[in-house]
Amino acid sequence: MTMNKTLKKALTYALWVIIIVAAIVLLLQGTSQTNVINLFSNTLVFAIPLLLVAMGGCTSEHSGIINLALEGIMIFGALTSSLFLHAFVNATSASLFTRQSVVLAAILIAIISGALMSLLLAFASVNLKADQTITGTAINMFTPALFTLVAWAILGQGQTLIKLPNVANWICVSLADVGAADTTNVLLLLLFRKNMLTTWIAIILFILLTFVLYKTKFGLHLRACGENPQAADSVGINVAKTRYAGVLISGALAGLGGLAFTLAAKTSADTSVSGYGFLALAVMIFGNWKPLRILAGSFFFSFLRCLSTMHDSIAVLAKINIPGKVDYLYKMVPYLVTLLVLVFTSKHSQAPKAEGIPYDKGGR
Amino acid sequence: MNKKHDVLTRLRDSGKVNSILSSVLAILIGLLVGYLVLLILKPRYSLIGFGRILTGGFKTFGDVLWKMTPLLMTGLSVGFAYKTGLFNIGAPGQFLMGTTFALIAALVLKWPWYLCLLVALLAGAFWGFFPGLFKAFFNVNEVITSILLNWIALFLQNYIINLFAGTMVNSYTNMTNALALVNPSAELPKLGIDKLFNNNNLSMGILIAIAFAILAWFILNKTTFGFELKACGANKNAATYAGINAKRNIVLSMVIAGAFAGIAAGLYYLTGTVQLSLGETSALPAVGFNGIPVALLAYCDPIGIIFATFFIAFIQSGGETLDIYYSSQSVTVIISAIIYLSAFALIFKSTIARWLHGGPFLSTRKKKDATKDVKPDTVPPLEAPKDARPLDEASVETSEEKEARS
Repeated sequence: MTMNKTLKKALTYALWVIIIVAAIVLLLQGTSQTNVINLFSNTLVFAIPLLLVAMGGCTSEHSGIINLALEGIMIFGALTSSLFLHAFVNATSASLFTRQSVVLAAILIAIISGALMSLLLAFASVNLKADQTITGTAINMFTPALFTLVAWAILGQGQTLIKLPNVANWICVSLADVGAADTTNVLLLLLFRKNMLTTWIAIILFILLTFVLYKTKFGLHLRACGENPQAADSVGINVAKTRYAGVLISGALAGLGGLAFTLAAKTSADTSVSGYGFLALAVMIFGNWKPLRILAGSFFFSFLRCLSTMHDSIAVLAKINIPGKVDYLYKMVPYLVTLLVLVFTSKHSQAPKAEGIPYDKGGR
Repeated sequence: MNKKHDVLTRLRDSGKVNSILSSVLAILIGLLVGYLVLLILKPRYSLIGFGRILTGGFKTFGDVLWKMTPLLMTGLSVGFAYKTGLFNIGAPGQFLMGTTFALIAALVLKWPWYLCLLVALLAGAFWGFFPGLFKAFFNVNEVITSILLNWIALFLQNYIINLFAGTMVNSYTNMTNALALVNPSAELPKLGIDKLFNNNNLSMGILIAIAFAILAWFILNKTTFGFELKACGANKNAATYAGINAKRNIVLSMVIAGAFAGIAAGLYYLTGTVQLSLGETSALPAVGFNGIPVALLAYCDPIGIIFATFFIAFIQSGGETLDIYYSSQSVTVIISAIIYLSAFALIFKSTIARWLHGGPFLSTRKKKDATKDVKPDTVPPLEAPKDARPLDEASVETSEEKEARS
């Protein structure tokens, strides 16, 4: 019986993979190799912040706290880490090791500052039993304003842009760094077009977090607090502490996601992460609060985003003639898809049952 | 003396004083946070800067009224939905849709202002309809659908305005054409208000906004429909049990909230003094989100929202004179601190209530039972039940009571 079920599941996954690969092959017919490489590497680079932040949102919600502040925390992570990176904006020649150490330090700063900012949410929603939606909205308003204030105070009046060291040559590990500047190997070209430390750390964190959530005692406790905190409390789990942990993990990941997004999209950090925090929420819902589906969702959404900027260089899409600026329609698709998924799967939603409800011992 | 005591007691027990005091406390702490941020960033200018936030609005009173106009409408939008237990974080999206279609009506179709305003209303209502529909019939959280719809609205606005760019947009400035040049009939009548307060942006828009606040107050407090909406907000199941169509009311509440946010856009862009800049359209409009603190500060009471809007617009206007020392964004820090505090307003309220009733100011339930600390002279006098009668009358049962018992 179980064998049958596993087989069925495996077959479903295989079918999906075949459909997706076939769709991509059809879509990319007649497109030049450079453009295909650009499309895929961009998809990876932009999927990483989505993956990180959506996993963060997922962890927080599994512990029972809705983290609507993801966008704001991303901006804060971007602010602190890019202020640090800004110090190296004129350091043109540095060894690969020095550069990567600096990036690693920036990553740690982003993680720590994200976690610190999320303390605001944890304190209000766990200790004060506040409305989590409103608290999240407050943080989302607070951090962009703080960004402007701090940037102006440090860089001078009116200087909202925090210039970063050259991303392609300084922050990324380029082909020249590994001594293969003129390679024609497709795999190498793909791998080293934007090879950032954040990408690899994000992949490790994703695997680690999935393992922690589903294979450890802590993960079980965390999910128990999101499903039924009364029951969790009755068997001796400290709901407050566990929820704090969930929110702090989500803050740390969102902070890192802010840095990853800034490095992927910009040459200098500014007060916006282009709604990626909210897009990550959409990814989380699209992924039905499950890591593997969130992984798939973040790649799908990122792919659409990259198509929106590159549709002219994709042969098949360039032929389709829609009036107006089609970019905006492509950008709209992820949100529309999530909306439809929400509406049509609301009956089978796997959302944690106690999310958004402050835990009250008296309600036991 | 006794009578005066009664009035005070009644006021205290009605909860209104309580609400106002806790809002004032939220504002004070919010201002303190703002001051601390200024102090940390540039200690030298902190007092001047803070003074400008607090008093700048007096010098630019016309600007305060102008900033109030759309803010009052988005505040009503959030507040109205909140009364029905719905959190309308979708006001920015509804505002964007109102903007888009009001501008199309004004610049492409060349309609007069009242029709443009109606179009803005309908566009906002249409965008509020979806979260309500999904909430009522598919039980999808309106917060998340509203957030998704905000971004859909943003991209849709960009797409639609670009479709009509030939007739609507000035290609040099990348802004929509000025109403005065293309269609002066779409400008809101000024009625001399601009001269009165010496601010070119002002028009009858502020009067329309205040009229809508009064209308919202009337609907919520004086009509059966408003009562039903509030009943749904208080307890959906109980309301359904009492025969109220909760699903219909959820949809209607969101539609009305959306309409308010749509009108906000209409009142803002139909003054003719501001144009939609295509470059700016990569972010959601802040005025939509600012409706949230306005509504929360006023505990969603429409008349209270007028005052809360005045306060927020006042510090915003004052904050704009701050750009020499700090960024005007420092006001946003204050506003966000106020929202943060409003999120646990209930704690404020219960603390203040305990204090008003003479209990210790900052006690927690763990320490002592608060009721034991109440001083005898401040205990509200026990009122006799209204239907109590002297004993001798009690034996005579009226026919009504007989009916009621059977």
